[in-house]
Parts: sequence; structure tokens; C-alpha cells
Amino acid sequence: MHSNQSNNPVEVLTDGTALKVLLQGDIVGYSSDDVLKKINNISSEIKKVVFVPDDLQNWDSSLILLVYNTVRIGKAKNVDVQINKLPKNLQELVNMAFAVDRKPEKGGKTMLSFLERIGRKIIGEFNIIGDVIGYIGEVFVGLLRFLSFRSIMRRVDFYAALEDCGPKALAIVSLISFLVGLILAFVGAVQLQTFGAQIYVASLVTIGMCRIMGAIMVGIIMAGRTGSAYAATIGTMQVNEELDALQTMGLSRVDFLVLPRLLAMILAMPILTMLADIMGMIGGAFIGVFLMNLPYQEYWKYAFNAFTLNNFLVGVFHGFCFGFIIALCGCYSGLTCGRNADSVGAATTRSVVNAIVLMIVVTGIITVICQEIGI
Amino acid sequence: MKEQVIIKAENLSVGYGDYVLLHDADYEVNKGDVFIIMGGSGCGKSSMLRVLTGLLPPLKGSVDIDGVNIVTASAEKMQQIREKSGILYQSGALFSSMTLAENIMLPLQQYSDYSPQTMRELASLKLALVGLKGFDDFYPSEISGGMKKRAGLARALALDPDIVYFDEPSAGLDPVSSHNLDELILEINRSLGTTIVVVTHELSSIFTIGNNSIFLDAETKTILARGNPKELLKNPPNEKVYEFLTRGEKK
Repeated sequence: MHSNQSNNPVEVLTDGTALKVLLQGDIVGYSSDDVLKKINNISSEIKKVVFVPDDLQNWDSSLILLVYNTVRIGKAKNVDVQINKLPKNLQELVNMAFAVDRKPEKGGKTMLSFLERIGRKIIGEFNIIGDVIGYIGEVFVGLLRFLSFRSIMRRVDFYAALEDCGPKALAIVSLISFLVGLILAFVGAVQLQTFGAQIYVASLVTIGMCRIMGAIMVGIIMAGRTGSAYAATIGTMQVNEELDALQTMGLSRVDFLVLPRLLAMILAMPILTMLADIMGMIGGAFIGVFLMNLPYQEYWKYAFNAFTLNNFLVGVFHGFCFGFIIALCGCYSGLTCGRNADSVGAATTRSVVNAIVLMIVVTGIITVICQEIGI
Repeated sequence: MKEQVIIKAENLSVGYGDYVLLHDADYEVNKGDVFIIMGGSGCGKSSMLRVLTGLLPPLKGSVDIDGVNIVTASAEKMQQIREKSGILYQSGALFSSMTLAENIMLPLQQYSDYSPQTMRELASLKLALVGLKGFDDFYPSEISGGMKKRAGLARALALDPDIVYFDEPSAGLDPVSSHNLDELILEINRSLGTTIVVVTHELSSIFTIGNNSIFLDAETKTILARGNPKELLKNPPNEKVYEFLTRGEKK
């Protein structure tokens, strides 16, 4: 360290009508708040600020910031700030910081009044509703085109989608459904045991899984597993300009992207629901036979007695409707995705949340209808 | 002989919502031109291209392509315009689930009555034209960035378009690939008579391929200059254009 270096590498001295800023030694990681406060509070008698590098050695951006802010204060107070004694490269860096003095435009983000904000929000929501209705209409027309053999849907895309939401989903659907049947049986058994009616755990699991739980569990699994993948895939296509390419080639995004996924999903979901029903019943039997020591044959007798075609078909119908919902939500979220990585994440989340909410709503509607028609 | 105008923009304002990028732009592109849309970052070059290709509605004004105003055109007319246009996007925008040949066959399947065999042969021919002979069964993930752009160009050329749009064709390419792509663009323009519209700020490309241009300015939101880029360099209409064309030199 240089002999004349004091503890403070920056000192501010008043010399008549000038303010001298003495710089010495190393100015690295220096906090200039106090110095700037002094410069900011200079009296009106001070006409210039002079930077004097007295044996200045190493320096970094903290010194550039000090000089830059001093020049800014000087401009605001109409005080001449002299930096010509500073190292050449430091002067150049400060000048560079002042080279472009154009404030960026806010892009129309002006402060809006409360009423205007509410108005815009309402219009925005109506626009979304309009978009969704337009999208559903587009899909409907696409389905009609498919049924009349005029669709440009590629069979290979359909097979790939079917493989993804069919065979590849079997393992996870089987496992989760087995566990749900197991939990359902366990929870039911604890209660039924108090009445000595534990044998009815077979009926409970069978009705529960076949009527609704199987379909709901498959719906949730597929919304998280496949619906989100649809949103991410199509969203990434948006980021990569592939959707623009489709549009400018005049190719229908519904035929090309939505139909293969939608058809695969509505075909796979009822089958997966049936699998879930069976796996859930096996899970229930596992608890009934091994934990509650119910006779194996007796358990299945009660299970089959509780099984009705109505319950089974209602469950499968749920699966079919959920297939529609998951595919439509996944594809819609992807198609309306923004053009950056964050938007893909947001689209994925949106697809899952929307699908689950809609599945619950549709379940409610189906339940009320079934109640009314006595199924 | 009077040159035939293929693209005509009048009082064209480009932007998003309340935010205007460019206002009241007027320009014409003649058939067979290599037309450059140039300017600094954020001046609205790519947005202008989106307007020309019908992906973004203009805030105001009209764009006539081959005599059809695409702002008010019916879906059917727009489809016809699209059949006669090809676009090469910055990333190539190839569909990753398809091979290169399938990518090129896609517009052919949509708009032509060729047999599958002929379509396949046409796809191979287009790939050969852009220097990708034998790459028919490769997937986009298996080829380099420069090759993706070439394949994208082959797809853009699938329907023998009258106009091909290029969005920053040199972006992300090494100098040699960039030069080769410029040569390819010129070759297509010369041999097929295709009108080329290129959005770029690459000076070497601008001077190599462009014979007509507009210079967009982010600050004034207007067209600051128009004409052959080489002529603009010789007689720059203002300081900004000179600075841009000389990579920041002051006059």
C-alpha cells in the first residue's frame, strides 16, 4: 500500500469555489453513498467539482458509478464536473454511459384509471370467452371434416398420440388406481368393522371405483401427464415459429395438431377408466383378503353383486368426457401460448388447472343428470 | 418497360395494441426484386414481415399483394395468396416430428393433386436444390442450424411461390454458411424469377443480395430511406442511414 494512502480512498475537500474529490490507492467495491451525499449538498458558492487521482491504483465499477453520479448531479445543479485528470479508460467508460440519452418508451403502459382498468379487464375476459367459443367451433368443424374424410390429419401423428396416452400410461394408471382402491377399502373397512359389516367393503370399492373414482383418478393422472405434455409441445412449437409456419402454409392447426391428440385421448380414456376400475377392485381385494381376512371368494361375490352395468357405463362415460376436456385444454393452452420459455411453463400449468376444474364441473353436471334420470 | 408491382403498402401502421412501431409507411416491391427491410433492433422489421405474411393485422393502412388487399381479403383469397408465398423463419420452423421430406411434402399434400410418389420426388428435388441431397429421411434434430435453414427454404419453395419471405436468414450462421445462403437466395431469384423479401440487419447480406430496400427507424417510427442499398451507401439521405450502412462510422 502506498505510504500516503489514508483509510478512506475518497476524500472530499473544499478549495474556494471548487470541490476536490481526492482518489487514492485502491477503489474497489467502494460504497460512495456518503461522498455523493456531500456532493449533493454542496453550497451554491461551489462552481466546479474536480476529480484528483492522487496515486490512484486499482479501481472497479464502484469508482465509475461515483464519477457517473457526480457528473449527473453536476448537470442537475449546473456545476462543472472535471474528470479530465482521471485515467483515460475511466473517462471513456463514463462518457459511454452518457452517450445514449434516450429514455425507452413504456409501450403504452400508462397509468389507467380504476374504471378503465375494470373495463379493459372485462373486455379481456369477453375476448377470452370469444376465443374459447371460436376454438371449440373450430374443433367441431375439424371433427366434421375428419368424419367426412376431408381432414389433413396425419395418421402417424394419431398413432404416436395414441401410443403416448395409451400403452405408455398403463403402468402409472394401474399403480395409482390400485393404491386408490386400497385406500378406499382401508378407510371404508375401519368404519364398517365397527358394525361388523366389513364384507361390504367389496361393494364400497366396486361402486366407488366403477361409478366415479376410477374415471376421476385417470382424469387427474392424464391431465398432469398427457394434457400438460400437449400444452408444452404445442407451446414450444409456438416459440419455434412452427405455428406461424402452419398458418402461413394455410394448414389447419386443428387438423394438424388438435385432432390426433383429441381422438387418441377420447379413445384411450374410456379404456384406461376400465383398467382403473379393475385395478381399484384388486386393490380393495388386497385389503379385504389380506388385512381383514375376508374369504377370497366371498369378497369377489360381494364385489360382483355390487357391480352394475349402469355404474360401469357412467364411469366410462366420465372417462370419455374427461378425454375431451384434457385434450381440448392441453391443446388450447399450447395454441394460446406466448413466445418465450416462461409462457410454455404458464401454458402447461394452465392446461392442468383448467382441465381439473372442468372435470369437476362436468362430474357435477353428469351426477345431477344421472340423478334426474334415475341412473 | 414499366416494372410490375407485386407488393404495395399504403399508409401502413404497424404495432401491437396501443404501441405503434411504425406509422404511415408507403412502399412498393417490384416483381423479381430482392427487397430488403432493414433497420436497427426494435424498429419493427420482423413485425412488418408478420404483416406482409398475414400473421399480424396492421393498425392502419393496406397491403396489396398481387393486387389483393390482404387486410380485407376473404379467407379464400388469403389462401390463394398463401399458396403463392413461401416463408423462411429465423429458426427454420421445421416440424420436429417429421423428416425433412415430410416437412416439404406437407404444403404439397395440402395444395396439389400429385401422387405420393411424385410428392416424394419433388421433396427430394427441392432438397437437392438447396444443397441437401440425400437428407430426405433426416429429422430436423439431426442436422445443423444452417442445414435447417436450407431445409426450411426447400419447404418455402415447395409450391414454386412467386414471393419468398426471409426473416433474418443469416442469424446464427457462421460467415461461410451465411454467404452460401445469400448465394442461394440470389440463385433462386435469378433462375426462378422469384421475388424475395428479406428482413435483415446483416450488412454483407444487404449489399450482396439487395437491389431495393427500405430503412426503418425506431426513433421516428418512419421509413428513413428507400432504394438500392449500394446507392444509399453512395448517397446516404441522412446521418442515421450512413451510420447503419457503414457499421457506425460518422459522416
